[in-house]
Amino acid sequence: MREFLIGKLSGRALPHEWFTIGGSIAFILLVVGAIVLITYTKRWKWLWNEWLTSVDPKRIGIMYFLVGGFMLLRGGLDAIMLWLQQALASGSSQGYLTADHYQQIFTAHGNIMVFFVAMAFIFGLINYIVPLQIGARDLASPFLNSLGFWLYVGGVVMVNMFFLLGGEYAATGWLAVAPLSGTEFSPGVGVDYWIWSLQISGIGTTLGAINFIMTILKMRAKGMTLWKMPLFTWGSLCSMIMAVTVFPLLTATIFLLFFDRYLGTHFFTTTGGGNPMMYTNLIWMWGHPEVYILMLPSFGVFSEIVTTFSRKRIASYTSNVLGMIGVSSLALSVWLHHFFTMGAGANVNAFFGVMTVLIAIPTTILVFTWIATMYKGMIKFSTPMLWFLGFVGLFAIGGMAGVILAVPPADFQLHNSLFLVAHFHTMVVGGVLFGIFAGLAFWFPKLAGFRLNERLGKYAFWCWIVGFLMAFTPLYVLGIMGATRRMDHYEASTGWQPFFIMALIGGIIIMIGVAMQLVQIIASIMQRHLLADKTGDPWDGRTLEWATPSPPPSYNFTSIPAVSTRDAFYEMKLDGGFKKVYEDIHMPKNTASGIYISIFAFLIGFGFIWEIIWLVVASFIGMLWCLIKRTFDDESEYTITAKEVKAREDAAAKLPSATKSRIQQKEEMGLIEFIRIVLSWAMSIVRRKR
Amino acid sequence: MAKRTKKSSSLRPIVLVVLGLCSLAGLVSLLLRDTDVALVNPKGYVATEQYKLLVTVTVLLLEIAVPTLLLFYFVAWKYRESNHNATYAPDITHGKLFSAYLWIIPSITALLIAIVLWPATHQLQPQKPIYANTDPMVIQVVAMRWKWLFIYPEQNIATVNFVQVPIDTPLEFQLSADETPMSSFWIPHLGGQLYAMTGHVNRLNLIASETGDFTGSSAEINGPGFAGMRFTTRVSTANDFYQWVNTVKSSGETLDAKEYQELLEPSEYNEPVLYSRSEEDLYGNMLMKYTGSHDHHTESE
Repeated sequence: MREFLIGKLSGRALPHEWFTIGGSIAFILLVVGAIVLITYTKRWKWLWNEWLTSVDPKRIGIMYFLVGGFMLLRGGLDAIMLWLQQALASGSSQGYLTADHYQQIFTAHGNIMVFFVAMAFIFGLINYIVPLQIGARDLASPFLNSLGFWLYVGGVVMVNMFFLLGGEYAATGWLAVAPLSGTEFSPGVGVDYWIWSLQISGIGTTLGAINFIMTILKMRAKGMTLWKMPLFTWGSLCSMIMAVTVFPLLTATIFLLFFDRYLGTHFFTTTGGGNPMMYTNLIWMWGHPEVYILMLPSFGVFSEIVTTFSRKRIASYTSNVLGMIGVSSLALSVWLHHFFTMGAGANVNAFFGVMTVLIAIPTTILVFTWIATMYKGMIKFSTPMLWFLGFVGLFAIGGMAGVILAVPPADFQLHNSLFLVAHFHTMVVGGVLFGIFAGLAFWFPKLAGFRLNERLGKYAFWCWIVGFLMAFTPLYVLGIMGATRRMDHYEASTGWQPFFIMALIGGIIIMIGVAMQLVQIIASIMQRHLLADKTGDPWDGRTLEWATPSPPPSYNFTSIPAVSTRDAFYEMKLDGGFKKVYEDIHMPKNTASGIYISIFAFLIGFGFIWEIIWLVVASFIGMLWCLIKRTFDDESEYTITAKEVKAREDAAAKLPSATKSRIQQKEEMGLIEFIRIVLSWAMSIVRRKR
Repeated sequence: MAKRTKKSSSLRPIVLVVLGLCSLAGLVSLLLRDTDVALVNPKGYVATEQYKLLVTVTVLLLEIAVPTLLLFYFVAWKYRESNHNATYAPDITHGKLFSAYLWIIPSITALLIAIVLWPATHQLQPQKPIYANTDPMVIQVVAMRWKWLFIYPEQNIATVNFVQVPIDTPLEFQLSADETPMSSFWIPHLGGQLYAMTGHVNRLNLIASETGDFTGSSAEINGPGFAGMRFTTRVSTANDFYQWVNTVKSSGETLDAKEYQELLEPSEYNEPVLYSRSEEDLYGNMLMKYTGSHDHHTESE
């Protein structure tokens, strides 16, 4: 009976090690704190009606940023723990972590950073910016988008669930390679948490990608042909097409692993005719394109930034677009370079090596078009541009390391070494994360209504780039010294320790950079009136998102702009600006269906993990019922009349332009100023208490 | 419509960046003093060739990357807003020739690398014997949780986490695994790695050209004992090697089926063990567990 009710769950599953106990307490405090804050400010209704059930891609985009940002801190904490262990665990010292715990941390670090940070930020940017850039009011299916977001949140909760219940995460590396991830070698629930967190969020990604392809292909403003689309939209389109191509593969592969673990099938086992090499192939057929799914929107961000801040149109738009298309098509045929060392024949290895080297062509072309764009431009070095300059340097280093790894005999020596780790971090941090930071700094005024503090943004950038080089240069060197990745301990005679310590110092500098970014956001909020963006176009932008006020109304445009050229808004400005016409607008209604479906999907996963079959069945029925009910909901839209639109726009125009803020500075505050203000604020509270 | 701001031109950021990069390089080379950088210090034909290839490809890449990066940062600096001497030509258009250059330059580099890559991959195919006309010395390797078992079929001895080999003799490591997830056999000083997997024999051909002790490990994660799965590779003269074989033969235990079963029990950070005799066909029987036949399955060839 007990087994029927709660499956494998028992008191032993509860947190009992210092890290799970600490994690649980932190999470509980956080949740309680949030609940208290919301209750105290009486924001529950507002939160539910305006945000959680919202189908507005702008709101969903911001929610992606918030959850992704939170996960970035979580994954960053993991990174510091890993660096600290490696800096300590030399020779007779075993460090402060057990091998098993260390392996759980790097697995969680990889999963969180790729699936729940990078993907979240990329989806957030696409959500917020793409509809604005193509002159759409909405997405092809607003509900699907909301569902995708909530499934992503379900995955986030699942990946952190072991803190509260279950005591362990997968200790298999971020891809849970077979046969290590089979029940033979990983009998615990760690891999099951891995399976379900990726399964739930992965389905969300597929749904989101389908939605964005439909939106970009079918909902562009009149006159915007594919060859007039902004480059960020192009990057997003390429990325989403790849996502639709490979994410179902991930889902299928993980299901096969799930069958192996639950039903005792032999797809990837060592015995019974299973073939673990098949898993390696399948997972990398998804895994390599995944990197480019993250990278392509980032390319698009940089193209937007370099044109805006050079005040020039992109040089050779066609080459830039073909470059992105080239990357996305080649990326589908290179997966084998992740395991040249598995023992394939020379022809197979050489073929995949050459295919990989070919990817260097379109990527180099992108860099060339950026150089040509800056040529005879007038470049303003705002923070987005700084991130761009940092990106190109790191991208070149990481790209070269990538080509070296693509040469099979060289890869035999470098594979699974820290050189490889340094390579992909250079690409994912330097390429993807810098792109995200650049994009956030660039579009922040659009989504918040005020710019980010430039001074603190520059400090953050310099901390990041210095910290990155300090942290990852030693990893390249260590790889060449023969250090493998994922080691929780090494011999003192190797002489590796100084490099690991250097990497740790670099990691700490990066953390300071992250702290600086948080300070930047807080300081910008404090100075929001000074930094206010009243025109909706703070950077002299070129694409349609800048034609809307900052932040844009829920319907984005009063009337859909007619487009006749590339850089549509720039041309419009030359012709006297965007003219407002008022018309009736149909908008989708908010819905909570996505939340309910995601809760049921989460419970299905949870039920499978702990083998609580009644929960799986009940949740499945619940999920199906929600889906069917939603399908028959005919009143999913409402109309805003032209009159109402006009009233709203007029009201917005009349808003007092600059209400006096309590803190009046003439300039953007620096770090010292910020600390001074925070201290004096804290002092004033203490005094008042007395 | 855009106007240049006043700020005077400045080389300061460039000087700072260059200084920063120099001090980074200085710090790394300081830390590198008196350390053995395995890949740059190869001790055998395979590792030497792989190192040469690494250098060749790096040079080819730098030939395009260095000018590109210099140009990139120079253009960014030259056309900065505060530079009043730079022309601003927002309407400049680039002709077809420009687009052609965009494609041709990286294509040439990629082609050059492909030309280097293809024959090198065939030449350094790990399964290929180093000398076509002499048979290599065979060492059967079994990855276990978490230790390496070496069986010398010709000498009829076996070792754990220690392998001694004669200098200048082509070696064929026949890699497999038993009740262990995929592992990767890697001796950086002698040459690149290859996976050891259950039910498969992956042949890794290496040769040593200098005597000494070199560390090997599993490069692929295979469970909690992964970091401790290290072994010493001792390269000695042929005489010393045969002397060592005789010493091993005259002392120590026998590796029989029972002892083999004990080895299969997971254990971490194992000290080296030497076995004076290895029961016949342990390796074949181990493979048969997975494949159902004595034939050594290999990938390709």
